[in-house]
Amino acid sequence: MRIPLGTLRILVLLAVFVATVLFFASQIDGYLNARLFNRISGSVAVIALIAVGQAFVVLTRNIDLSIGSVVGCTAYFTGGILIAYPELPPALVPILAMAIGALFGAVNGFLVARFHLPSIIVTLATLAIFRSILVQSSDGSSITTDRLPTWLTSFATQNAFTLGDLQVRWIVVVSILVVLAAHVFLTRFRAGRTFFAIGSNPDAAAFAGLNAGRTIFLAFVISGALAGLAGFMFLSRFGNITVVAGLGLELKSVGAVVLGGVNIFGGSGNVLGVLIGAALIDVIDNSLVRWEIVSEFWREAVLGFLILLAVTADTVLMRRILRRKPKGTP
Amino acid sequence: MIALRSWEGFLFAVLILIYLVNTWNSPVFLTVGNQINMFQLSVEKIIVALVMTFVIINGEIDLSVASVMGLAACAFGWLVQAGVPGGGAVLIALGIGIACGAFNALFIVGFGIPSLVVTLATMIAFRGLARVLVEDRGINDFPAWFDAVGQQGLIGPVPLAMVLFAILAVIAFLILQRTAFGRKVYFIGANRAVAEYSGLDVRAVKAKIFVAAGLVAALAGLLFAARVGAVRGDVANGFELDIITMVLLGGVSIFGGAGTMSGTILAILIVLALRNGMALENITGHIQTGVLGILLILSVMVPLIRETGARLIARAR
Repeated sequence: MRIPLGTLRILVLLAVFVATVLFFASQIDGYLNARLFNRISGSVAVIALIAVGQAFVVLTRNIDLSIGSVVGCTAYFTGGILIAYPELPPALVPILAMAIGALFGAVNGFLVARFHLPSIIVTLATLAIFRSILVQSSDGSSITTDRLPTWLTSFATQNAFTLGDLQVRWIVVVSILVVLAAHVFLTRFRAGRTFFAIGSNPDAAAFAGLNAGRTIFLAFVISGALAGLAGFMFLSRFGNITVVAGLGLELKSVGAVVLGGVNIFGGSGNVLGVLIGAALIDVIDNSLVRWEIVSEFWREAVLGFLILLAVTADTVLMRRILRRKPKGTP
Repeated sequence: MIALRSWEGFLFAVLILIYLVNTWNSPVFLTVGNQINMFQLSVEKIIVALVMTFVIINGEIDLSVASVMGLAACAFGWLVQAGVPGGGAVLIALGIGIACGAFNALFIVGFGIPSLVVTLATMIAFRGLARVLVEDRGINDFPAWFDAVGQQGLIGPVPLAMVLFAILAVIAFLILQRTAFGRKVYFIGANRAVAEYSGLDVRAVKAKIFVAAGLVAALAGLLFAARVGAVRGDVANGFELDIITMVLLGGVSIFGGAGTMSGTILAILIVLALRNGMALENITGHIQTGVLGILLILSVMVPLIRETGARLIARAR
């Protein structure tokens, strides 16, 4: 039986994830229980959203480094609007956050798609520009939990359902639904396949009559909107939002995307892999804090070397598999 | 002479404009003390920008430089605290910088993984190692001579770091614009495949540049530690943005193959003068960085604007 390459990659990633969890279970007393899931699932939900948005952008051969600033901005502005208008219907608030995020994404997308500027430069610049907009408009003051409506701050801990001791929060359900929707869109819809076409061979895509500019613009808008939704969850989970909110999230999102097997040069990848990548990053992040042998300060170092290891293994293995294929097969 | 129509000429005009505006706005700006202060506050970044020019013209990127700066500084602090004499600690820290650069090169040149991905990962990893060394402490019991080197003037009021920058700028200029190695850097950046088919030692050139980036970043990290007189885990965190902005603003193409050392040096002066001018007007660091971001986007749009302008003029005729 032959397993498709993409599926194989997901299975390997899943195996690595399970092995990581089992490893920590053997090292930390009382590790493998419902509390682990309850604690980690909430933060995975946020990172997974950002990472899926990042995946759309990376598929088209671009990168969005401004995403951490977008999360910070949407969390801050959504909080600010809610403080000014506490009567806003709750259902409207996440949509508002996504709209704010999409607006930031549209700025990136416009600059990259309309003027053909390299996305790494544009988003490196907007990373700083968006953050300075946040600093400028906040005037040094922060959003605090006690000024926000209670429904918002309790939303992050509300369960959609429970399975025994496992508490599945609403934010986790929403996040998983978004990942599944993105997966179906990217694999089953013509508009979704366009992202792969643009990324794997822009010239061929142009000859086939696909509109690269519009697709790239759309990728950045999606990335912004999902960062906006993540910003809403961020606001709900932490309540206190300062000007440094979301700092460094762009690294985690790129890390999850790369670990998840999305080719950094565009054209191939799977958002289910990205979800596992995000979960893997967060499990390692959270577990090292509790691992007694190793100081918690190893977190970043381990994360960095792990990303490097994953990419290297992936590149070397892919090269070997591609070389082994008989000539003439695609 | 720099032709006024070139990018360098344009940068030069912008620089003069900024100097005029700043002098107009603040009587302090043009004083010797402020000018030295302006350089000293960013001297570590501008030293790294010199070597980053090589990296980007070569068609690569190194996001890990700020983390190497942090790691070298923290390693120095850790070694001094462990009882290693200062001179030895300096040498080991520089060695760590070389090792970091070689590590990057191993993955980029050896395994053929894109430098964007490799240095993104090592940016996190090297920063992580720095935090492992000093945890959440600060180390400031450096040898007295080390602090003196960072904080006192070497030639009159000019400290060692600025002297080093001047020397390195001249060396970098000569290597890039006046040697065969410099031509190789351009050639490989402009078209790697053709360079390879022409029998150029592409991998050796790339490896050398990344090792040099590691060494220079470590040196900059040590200078930072000496100037501030203390190290923490977040030393130089986020400096890569400023460094890359300076290089790109200098007209170096992110796709490689184009740019000059004089462009980078002019851009360095512009960024310093702009930041200093804003600081004198009490504009905070975050906003300053935002303004630099806008400048960065404008700088990559300029060729586009020029092209459109030329087309419009042609059509009008």
